[in-house]
Amino acid sequence: MIRTNVLSAMRALFPEAPEAPPVVEAPPPVPEQDAAAAKKAEKSAKPAPRVNGVVERDYAVHGYHIDTQVAPEQLLEAVNILDQQQFFLETITGVDWIADQQLEAIYDFSHFGFEPCRVVIRTRVPRDNPQLPTISGIYAGANWHERETHEFFGIVFEGHPYLVPLLLPEDADFHPLLKDFKA
Amino acid sequence: MSEPIHLLPDETFVLNVGPQHPATHGVLRIKMRMHGEYVAEAETVLGYIHRMHEKMGELKTYPQFLMNLSRMDYLGALAYCHGHVLVVEKASGIQVPERAEYIRVITVELNRIASHLFGVGSFVMDLGGFSPLMYMLQDREYILDMLEAVTGARLTYCYYRFGGLYNDIDDTFIARARAFIPRCRESLKKYHRLITENIIFRKRLEGNVYLSSEMCRKYGATGGVARASGINFDVRKNEPYSVYPEFNFEVPVFTEGDSMARYKVKMAEIEQSLRIIEQGLDKLPDGPIMPEKAPKIIKPPAGDYYQAVETSKGSFGIRLVSDGSKNPYRLKLRSPSYSNVSLFDEACVGSMIMDAMAFFGSLDLVVPEIDR
Amino acid sequence: MNFSLTLFNVVVAVIIIVAFVAMNAAYLVWAERRGAGRIQRRPGPNINGPFGLFQPPLDGLKLMAKQLLVPGGADKVLFAAAPVLAMFPAITSFVTIPFSDTLVAHNINVGLLCVFAFAALGSMSILFAGWSSHNKYAMMAAVRAISQSVAYEIPMLITVITVVMISGSLDLREIVRQQSGNIFHWNIFPLLGNSHNLLMPFSFLIFFICSLAETNRAPFDLSEEESVLVAGYHIEYGSMGFGLFFMGEYANIVVGTSLATLLFLGGWACPFGLFPGVWWFLIKVYALIATIIWIRWTFPRSTIYSLLNLSWKILIPLSLVNLLLTAGLLKVF
Repeated sequence: MIRTNVLSAMRALFPEAPEAPPVVEAPPPVPEQDAAAAKKAEKSAKPAPRVNGVVERDYAVHGYHIDTQVAPEQLLEAVNILDQQQFFLETITGVDWIADQQLEAIYDFSHFGFEPCRVVIRTRVPRDNPQLPTISGIYAGANWHERETHEFFGIVFEGHPYLVPLLLPEDADFHPLLKDFKA
Repeated sequence: MSEPIHLLPDETFVLNVGPQHPATHGVLRIKMRMHGEYVAEAETVLGYIHRMHEKMGELKTYPQFLMNLSRMDYLGALAYCHGHVLVVEKASGIQVPERAEYIRVITVELNRIASHLFGVGSFVMDLGGFSPLMYMLQDREYILDMLEAVTGARLTYCYYRFGGLYNDIDDTFIARARAFIPRCRESLKKYHRLITENIIFRKRLEGNVYLSSEMCRKYGATGGVARASGINFDVRKNEPYSVYPEFNFEVPVFTEGDSMARYKVKMAEIEQSLRIIEQGLDKLPDGPIMPEKAPKIIKPPAGDYYQAVETSKGSFGIRLVSDGSKNPYRLKLRSPSYSNVSLFDEACVGSMIMDAMAFFGSLDLVVPEIDR
Repeated sequence: MNFSLTLFNVVVAVIIIVAFVAMNAAYLVWAERRGAGRIQRRPGPNINGPFGLFQPPLDGLKLMAKQLLVPGGADKVLFAAAPVLAMFPAITSFVTIPFSDTLVAHNINVGLLCVFAFAALGSMSILFAGWSSHNKYAMMAAVRAISQSVAYEIPMLITVITVVMISGSLDLREIVRQQSGNIFHWNIFPLLGNSHNLLMPFSFLIFFICSLAETNRAPFDLSEEESVLVAGYHIEYGSMGFGLFFMGEYANIVVGTSLATLLFLGGWACPFGLFPGVWWFLIKVYALIATIIWIRWTFPRSTIYSLLNLSWKILIPLSLVNLLLTAGLLKVF
């Protein structure tokens, strides 16, 4: 029930997307023998970033149900949808896609109800100017998660009330989880 | 108790609770702006034992990272290891023998009891009652001895492997676990007489820092903290993993939202864990503990994977972003105490410092797990 | 001749008292640790000497070997004076406390008043320590200790007045003499002995609670609450400064239990009316101390507001009612 609600609400964010979005489902577990070939294929497939949109994922494989990629300016809208559906914020994290020169911020949401429904909202920002709106106004708990993502990846959350390092020293000006970080 | 106080800014002073302070159980600092005995403002400062497990996750191969998980929450480490092996098995499509999964659940629940016993004991010690901790340590010691015999470690386990276990349990373990269940039920009665029915304890905890379910949701609080505020959420039930659907147990939920409820949740969970262990020992199937052909090199296909497990502190999530190589591309550890403690700053404002510290204790924090 | 004999007496008495108080303080630490060990199913100190009996002198030796540090910004004079002041009231109180009918350093006919006058000094030492340490935790502890001391002196004194009314004397020896005989003559026993005593068990209860609070013992040890105030008022003290505070705490317990014994439990009288003497006094005192140790290791700590509420809203009204009713009983019977 919740899953379909969220799915339809999320799809409404992308009016221009086709009815059935292009599924970029990950391939099933690769047998050992052609792993090398598959890896080569993935390596070449990797740099093409996904288009924004909603994808339903196989829970048994990925551990979440709805995978939404939004543009940075759609982020607050998407998070608001989840807030209205009584979701809670599991965590915020980043991934450094250095090959694409992009940083990805991943927002994990889950639900207290008995119908398992995990929603992932991801958004990509350019690596040289990573700026995202803060969602700490919607989820107070996002405050610390955003501070952590800021110090580890250098993503700037605009409008964040107190964007100073949380786990690193107060004067840390390095971002250790970037792939080009050298200690 | 916590009526709104009208503050004059020049009548407050800053109190540094920590980083070395008896109540913080580790190195964590709370910068409190005090108005006499009242907390006017609090800011939790983290990172004193930050070890950057997530970077280590990227630099190490999958098997090399196995032992890092038990360095997070050293009290209930097995549940964290469980989450890690589950997500890697899910990503690489490794089938786990049923016996191994049962043994995992039994050991995780034993570990959960040990963690709860220590958590409750040190919480009571925060309130000035020293003796219950010593009694609880005796029961905990029994569990640790038992786990040491099969896992080889007392706290920082490295027991689970991708696909199964490192070591099978033997008859001695089963006999000791069976003996432990009635023993622990007896001591639970004693703890209830000593703590739950103690008038001073109840007076201090009932009504101590109320957390609404909405606040728990906004901060992402899970585990005992959320269940004490009327949220019926336990990953084992709401999002079943491993062989938990085959067990018959209840999720204790209290609606009071105060520290007493948070304490009661833990005590009730010990009972439920005992039930799970009992059933697990009865149902324990025979068979191998590792799959026939466990892959030597773990290379999950590219993609990202998420797995949540219920630890003794709450919902522990692990996000694995794989690029198909030997090392994870990104390994995010979502620790439950991190979210649980993040609401402390807001919730403790307006209460007296000793109530705030009692509340802090009731959150059952393990600092290495917050800082990672 | 006469004068020099008195002087000699006084010197001997003071030496004996100091030795008694210091030994008590030292060995009560040992008893507390052994008792806590018993309660918590662990051995406690058991390495040094038989039953760990050499532990207190060795601890003292270790403390004396440590450097006495004065924190920066501290008031040096008060900082040094506070630990001395912690031991002082206990020692001076014992000058007037009789151990038996004949064994008393110097009996004066207002002995009870004297003991209370000295005991009130104890909270001064906590205030000095907290104020002079230049530490926020110590200051908060001192403020707590003062409010606690003010709150509990009142019901304690009002309760003691009931005893004084019944005995008609402030002389501790006289108070005990009136209770001489078997257990039914003691003040705490309400029925057979003296019908004025009807409310005495109640008075004893108030007195005992107040003496727990006055001596900063659990569950009322708010001024040294380690989970908030780290160590309370003696947070900055090391070396023998800390040692003196520690000993002072136990010495004050001995004073408090001695008073309870004298006022309510018949002092040196035997429960069966046989062989009254100093041994009975000591047995009762140590039984009370054992109870206090037992309470400490069983109960969690109370809170400062429930502590003050207990005094101002419950104990003070109750002790006033108790006083009125006792006065009424005295008139009627």
